Amino acid sequence: MPVSPITIRSWLLASLAGLSCLMATGHTLAATAADIESEFARTVTSLYADSYDEKASIAASLAEMEHPRVDLILSALIEGNLYRERRTDVIVIARSLDDGGYHLTDAVTGEDMGDVGRRGARKISVNNSLRRQLKGLVAGRQLNVGSPSDRIAAIEDIVNAGDEELSDVLRARAEKENDPDVLEAISIALIIFDLDAVDEARKLAAVEASATNLHPLVRRKLTAIAADESEVDELRAAAKTSLAEITRRVERYQMVETLFFGLSLGSILVLAAIGLSITFGVMGVINMAHGELIMLGAYTTYVIQTVFPNALEYSLLLAIPAAFVVSGLVGIAIERGVIRFLYGRPLETLLATFGVSLILQQAVRTIFSPLNRAVATPEWMSGSLQVAQGLSITYNRLYIFIFALLVFAALQAILRRTRLGLEVRAVTQNRDMARAMGIRNTRVDIMTFGLGSGIAGVAGVALSQLTNVGPNLGQGYIVDSFMVVVFGGVGNLWGTLVAGLSLGIVNKFLEPEAGAVMAKILVLIFIILFIQKRPRGLFPQKGRAADG
Amino acid sequence: MKRIGRNLMVAVLLAATSSIATAADTIKVGILHSLSGTMAISETTLKDTILMMVEEQNAAGGLLGKKLEAVVVDPASNWPLFAEKARELIAKEKVDVVFGCWTSVSRKSVLPVFEELNSLLFYPVQYEGEESSKNVFYTGAAPNQQAIPAVDYLMNDIGAKRWVLAGTDYVYPRTTNKILEAYLKAKGVKDDDIMISYTPFGHSDWQSIVADIKKFGNAGKKTAVVSTINGDANVPFYKELGNQGISAEDIPVIAFSVGEEELSGIDTGPLVGHLAAWNYFMSVDAEVNDDFIDGWLDFIDDEARVTNDPMEAHYIGFKMWVEAVRKAGTTSPSAVQDAIIGVAVPNLSGGIATMMPNHHITKPVLIGEIQDDGQFDIVWQTPGTVPGDAWSDFLPGSRDITADWQQPLSCGNYNVKTGKCSGQNYE
Repeated sequence: MPVSPITIRSWLLASLAGLSCLMATGHTLAATAADIESEFARTVTSLYADSYDEKASIAASLAEMEHPRVDLILSALIEGNLYRERRTDVIVIARSLDDGGYHLTDAVTGEDMGDVGRRGARKISVNNSLRRQLKGLVAGRQLNVGSPSDRIAAIEDIVNAGDEELSDVLRARAEKENDPDVLEAISIALIIFDLDAVDEARKLAAVEASATNLHPLVRRKLTAIAADESEVDELRAAAKTSLAEITRRVERYQMVETLFFGLSLGSILVLAAIGLSITFGVMGVINMAHGELIMLGAYTTYVIQTVFPNALEYSLLLAIPAAFVVSGLVGIAIERGVIRFLYGRPLETLLATFGVSLILQQAVRTIFSPLNRAVATPEWMSGSLQVAQGLSITYNRLYIFIFALLVFAALQAILRRTRLGLEVRAVTQNRDMARAMGIRNTRVDIMTFGLGSGIAGVAGVALSQLTNVGPNLGQGYIVDSFMVVVFGGVGNLWGTLVAGLSLGIVNKFLEPEAGAVMAKILVLIFIILFIQKRPRGLFPQKGRAADG
Repeated sequence: MKRIGRNLMVAVLLAATSSIATAADTIKVGILHSLSGTMAISETTLKDTILMMVEEQNAAGGLLGKKLEAVVVDPASNWPLFAEKARELIAKEKVDVVFGCWTSVSRKSVLPVFEELNSLLFYPVQYEGEESSKNVFYTGAAPNQQAIPAVDYLMNDIGAKRWVLAGTDYVYPRTTNKILEAYLKAKGVKDDDIMISYTPFGHSDWQSIVADIKKFGNAGKKTAVVSTINGDANVPFYKELGNQGISAEDIPVIAFSVGEEELSGIDTGPLVGHLAAWNYFMSVDAEVNDDFIDGWLDFIDDEARVTNDPMEAHYIGFKMWVEAVRKAGTTSPSAVQDAIIGVAVPNLSGGIATMMPNHHITKPVLIGEIQDDGQFDIVWQTPGTVPGDAWSDFLPGSRDITADWQQPLSCGNYNVKTGKCSGQNYE
């Protein structure tokens, strides 16, 4: 690399800094401080290297320096915020601006350098292996600071980086560490490092100790040892025993995991179908626009996030009532505008609502563009909950499962405990008789349809976290929703719950064996056969209501 | 007979058109891209690209002393309508060349029309190969210009030993995976080390498949995923990977259908570090690319827009056609077909693209890592350019077939073993 003006510039800066130190403190101290500064500046500048290997070794030497800005620069590099200014070649930390340009800060001095345009700075690129090494380096530095949970995360990063030198950092930390959890994490990490040890006895001990360790790296390394012909027989046998134990545990967890996947898929089916269960089941209206009401709920989430960009963490909580109102009102408009003229004519209703669904899709295309909209996932819904080592449950699925149960409970409460629920049930059982008893069934129709539609909107909020928010979102769920309602028994909320969850579980247990496409087909065939046998579904309505 | 019929039809149409004089003053360029329906997301950009190229060409003085005139039709993501609109462009509007199509099924739909009416189609999207028509110029990548080098990269640079081939269930992923499977086996990869999984269009529940990939990847060898997953099913896929704690550092995913356009406007957090293989990235460091991007942002008047690989393919295709017309001195399809073979124009990554006798072009192959700003960092690229291979060398049926549209062979699928040319041999 040729000596660029920047190198000279940073040396100058560094010597200036040294000069001021010189005046303040003493001769020797100042000289070393100036050395550190200039060494630091030179290392940072050389980060704009051609090969990733070069960058890695420069970063490693940077990590060994005692300079207050090292952590800042390393994390900027990991996050891809480290750039080189185009004209002056100064290494800078950049913050993206809305117009595509950047706001720059000098990486070495922290000096503000103002804004540049889109082409004003070139990024210092990192690739996967460099990123992993950098994380290890940062973790090694952070091991001595931060809270116990930060330290455990740092240890995990060190293990993943697999840098042998960092195992010494771990050992050093283990001597000073007081927190039992951190100590345990360190000992597990050290066992993993020992799996690569040169010393046979240490390696054997590590292999034997790994039998209960479900860390993916352990399994990978044990398999490698067991398959390696050059290893001692004793070691390979031990590796096989440990592997067998690990496999046994993993398989047990996999059962639990599949069950959870099934419940999660089921809860989504329930959410999507439960609104339909009310409009179709209770009112007998075949609403083909149900999927679009779900879509509107998802778009409401998007709008809420756009309007309140700073309240991302709470946006979903805010979106739930908003989506209920939006989809509910649109539902009422559909009921008033179309469906009420068609009560008792299911085929016409089907066609008319299908038309409505197309209108809603096109409206969304016109207003929001045909492109998918990005709905952000709040922090508390990302990642997974580690139930045990080797078994973790993703937060978004967990929350949505709980949410589905809450929505179900709330609906049940409305239908069983409120006056509206009583009236709805009365109208469902016998429309004319209910009218004769003084129930205003127009009002009941409006409220019921609004309720079912609103619930669809709420389902849309949940779906916005799982799938793409676009004009076609609803189409993907309409068939599934009808399937669940018909399978569960028309007009029965419990049926919808049981049907949704069981279809989800069946689907997920079939999927690993049959593949995603085939599993869907098999489930559909199963339902067709089931309906042949029991046309009224799992929980048929009995008595007079069934005659309606 | 056919030719007489065609000439007759042309004559009738000519007589019917009142604007014969103006028609002679311009050269018409047809644009056959969906502007509505599901494919509008991707194809609208390509329509704008050609419009920009036409505008630039006119500003530079037109072609053969005439101005270019773009004729835009909307086949609305409807495959049979593609054929109808193609016929309308060629027979009614009498365009001299057509730039269009995205999906393979739309290309297959218009192919007979172009061959019957002997017109020219420039097709700008990466595709599964196994085709070479006299009337089509494939400016996107053939499998050996995208999929095979990507696998080589994973094998040699990342050290991948186990392979997951995940795709959406339709023709492009199935053919590509068939080629890749044969290729991997030829490289000594065992059956146990290959996992193939197909999912329906728009699949959103990736829990089990990601769990399977995780399990498959923990079996002791470095694992990589080769993804031909289509369009927006990618977002929940990558999200699920992130949620289940699989990072690009553990199991890298290399995608063939995820580009800048697909990444714009989505939350790229969970995708960072995953890979994509293309022949062009917006982040390519070349003067010509910077000029192209500036021109595009200027034309579209929106700083947030991106450029992508199929746009580059259209850029190259358009320049090649212009060159060939200049060389032939006429826009007549037959003359252009002969003239365009061997035509070389600059591509946007600082190299040269040449039209091959099999109607495919030479392209560099780039591997990029996704960054949090939706752009790609180029981590690897082929030293030179790779010529496109119409018929894959790794499929038993197509190994012996070559395409060469020069005399004396002049055939799109010539079997070197039997010495026979079958199909697609009009004229």
